[in-house]
Amino acid sequence: MNPPQKKLRVAILGSGNIGTDLLIKSMRSNYLECTAFIGRNLVSQGMQMAQKLGVPISSNSISHIEENPDCCDLVFDATTAKDHFIHAAVLKKLGKIAIDLTPAKVGGMCVPAVNMEECLKQNNVNMVTCGGQASIPIAHVIGKTQKDVEYIEVVSSIASRSAGPGTRVNLDEYIHTTEAGLKLFSGAQRTKAILNLNPAHPCINMQTTVFAKVDNPNIDALKPELERMVKTIQAYVPGYNVILGPIVENGRIAVIVRVLGLGDYLPPYAGNLDIINCAALSMAENFAIERLEYK
Amino acid sequence: MRTVTITDVTLRDGNHAAAHQLGVKEVELYCTALDAAEVPIVEVGHGNGLGASSLQLGESKDSDEKVLKAARACLKKSKLGIHVIPGFATIEKDLRRALDIGVDVVRVASHCTEADITERHIRFVREAGKTAFGVLMMSHMISPEELLEQSRKMENYGAEAVIFMDSSGNFLPDAVADRVKILVNSLNIPVGFHAHNNLGMGIANSVAALSAGASYLDGSARGYGAGAGNAQIEVLLAVLQRMGHPISIDLLKLLDAVDAAEKAFIPQTPVISSASLVSGLAGVFSGFALPVKRIATQFNVDARQIFFELGRRKVVGGQEDLILEVASELAQQQKQQQSQNQLQQQTQQQNQENNYVTRK
Repeated sequence: MNPPQKKLRVAILGSGNIGTDLLIKSMRSNYLECTAFIGRNLVSQGMQMAQKLGVPISSNSISHIEENPDCCDLVFDATTAKDHFIHAAVLKKLGKIAIDLTPAKVGGMCVPAVNMEECLKQNNVNMVTCGGQASIPIAHVIGKTQKDVEYIEVVSSIASRSAGPGTRVNLDEYIHTTEAGLKLFSGAQRTKAILNLNPAHPCINMQTTVFAKVDNPNIDALKPELERMVKTIQAYVPGYNVILGPIVENGRIAVIVRVLGLGDYLPPYAGNLDIINCAALSMAENFAIERLEYK
Repeated sequence: MRTVTITDVTLRDGNHAAAHQLGVKEVELYCTALDAAEVPIVEVGHGNGLGASSLQLGESKDSDEKVLKAARACLKKSKLGIHVIPGFATIEKDLRRALDIGVDVVRVASHCTEADITERHIRFVREAGKTAFGVLMMSHMISPEELLEQSRKMENYGAEAVIFMDSSGNFLPDAVADRVKILVNSLNIPVGFHAHNNLGMGIANSVAALSAGASYLDGSARGYGAGAGNAQIEVLLAVLQRMGHPISIDLLKLLDAVDAAEKAFIPQTPVISSASLVSGLAGVFSGFALPVKRIATQFNVDARQIFFELGRRKVVGGQEDLILEVASELAQQQKQQQSQNQLQQQTQQQNQENNYVTRK
């Protein structure tokens, strides 16, 4: 596939860890051009980086897009769930595609390895959560290969330093959204999500464990599907790897994955940032291919 | 003399030792007895608190709702307390319901460096008009100054006391006293301490905390709690009496309660097992004791090696899934070692045979 002549113009709302990492990733893309980096504070680290990279910046938050509706075709929202409720209405009115990285769940939940095609038909997609991006594909193949999935539980541990103030204030929403995503994509009757912040130095790599309670665990059926799924994810998250399992322990299926980031804005241990951003970027690129008809 | 408020945590911390099988029956029995003894605060629930029943940590025998309702019905004079860790329990799923049932005291806990995740939960409890305390777990992992910085955050969110926990049973008395002093001098809210007994310091550390200015202490019946257990509440009470501290609890009735608890649901009073001792030295969360034991047996590896490796990785409470990873790695290393040894033996044998042949 040749890179397109014309790129999809994207704006990034939110100049924190997620937004700044997205900026670096989108600068590398053959399909995207970052035409606005928008926050609330011009002196933040992210803003300064955007300025250095020559990307137009603004501290006017969503007003910048309202006042300059032609500045972009697609908006990554890396603010907070509370803010996205307001942003979503504005973006809808202006006809912009919204890729929502907060746990607001305004749009349909999107996990590229599982439901990319379906999501490309929508104008607001929700990237669930970092733990959701890491665990839902596994929960999905468990749901596909096991009979009567009674319960799925996901435990994610991330380095404290990779959890900014937004993530910390949104812990409850993180849990609710991840649980809803697990349920939707696995068909499990009950789901539970747990998040641990670990302050150890050197920082721990992002790790997620998926436990499943099923009637008669069928590891033989699960293994090949899981391998295929991992390859699909690795196409957009190269640092995604199964480090244990699938095994049956104490009557439950367990799979542990580790996500090493690309080390763009935060070091590689922040796989939690990387996986949700890689997923969002992959969606944006596919929107570009679809909407700009460079197939 | 300053009064000290005792919290009985048997029905919460003891759940670690009971694989979270203390349910309505045990709650009814022990809460009734503690209420008669007028123990100020009685904490109940899953070992890791509200909403923590899970495959990761162990599933509770009875739901939070059932347990809280049972405790509420039995506690007239004593206050009903719960432990809540954001990341496990959410306000909408768990906390709102618990307050509706009638919980009086909510101890909102985080790992010692992560106080800022407790803000929303503490504010919610205060806005609902209930008592909120901040709890910092695994506090041996940071300096007294860092502990103060985290405690200040909790105070700012509205916590009415800060309790720091020696979740690994790693502290010695001087370290406890240093921390209590700096907190008492710098905060405007009371300070509390929660002991574990891995190095046999449960009571000594509690006394050190009290002498340094602590106002809240935790204990459990016969010390029934995670790993090597907590400060033994009846011993703590007797020691406080000997020290001349004014205590509102009826000691004889407390002993009745503890005896009844032992008979009904403490199959084995806590001992400092070799594994618990290593766990305390390595600074690993005491709640890991049972899962480590189970997984060590399944993977046929030494539980003590698991604890040392977990300590090296600085795991925090809630990361129980890492036990699987560590055990599986140790098992692989063991296998490689064995096959290497076999190879060496074979080579030696071969060499001996060759020598024999040559000599012949």
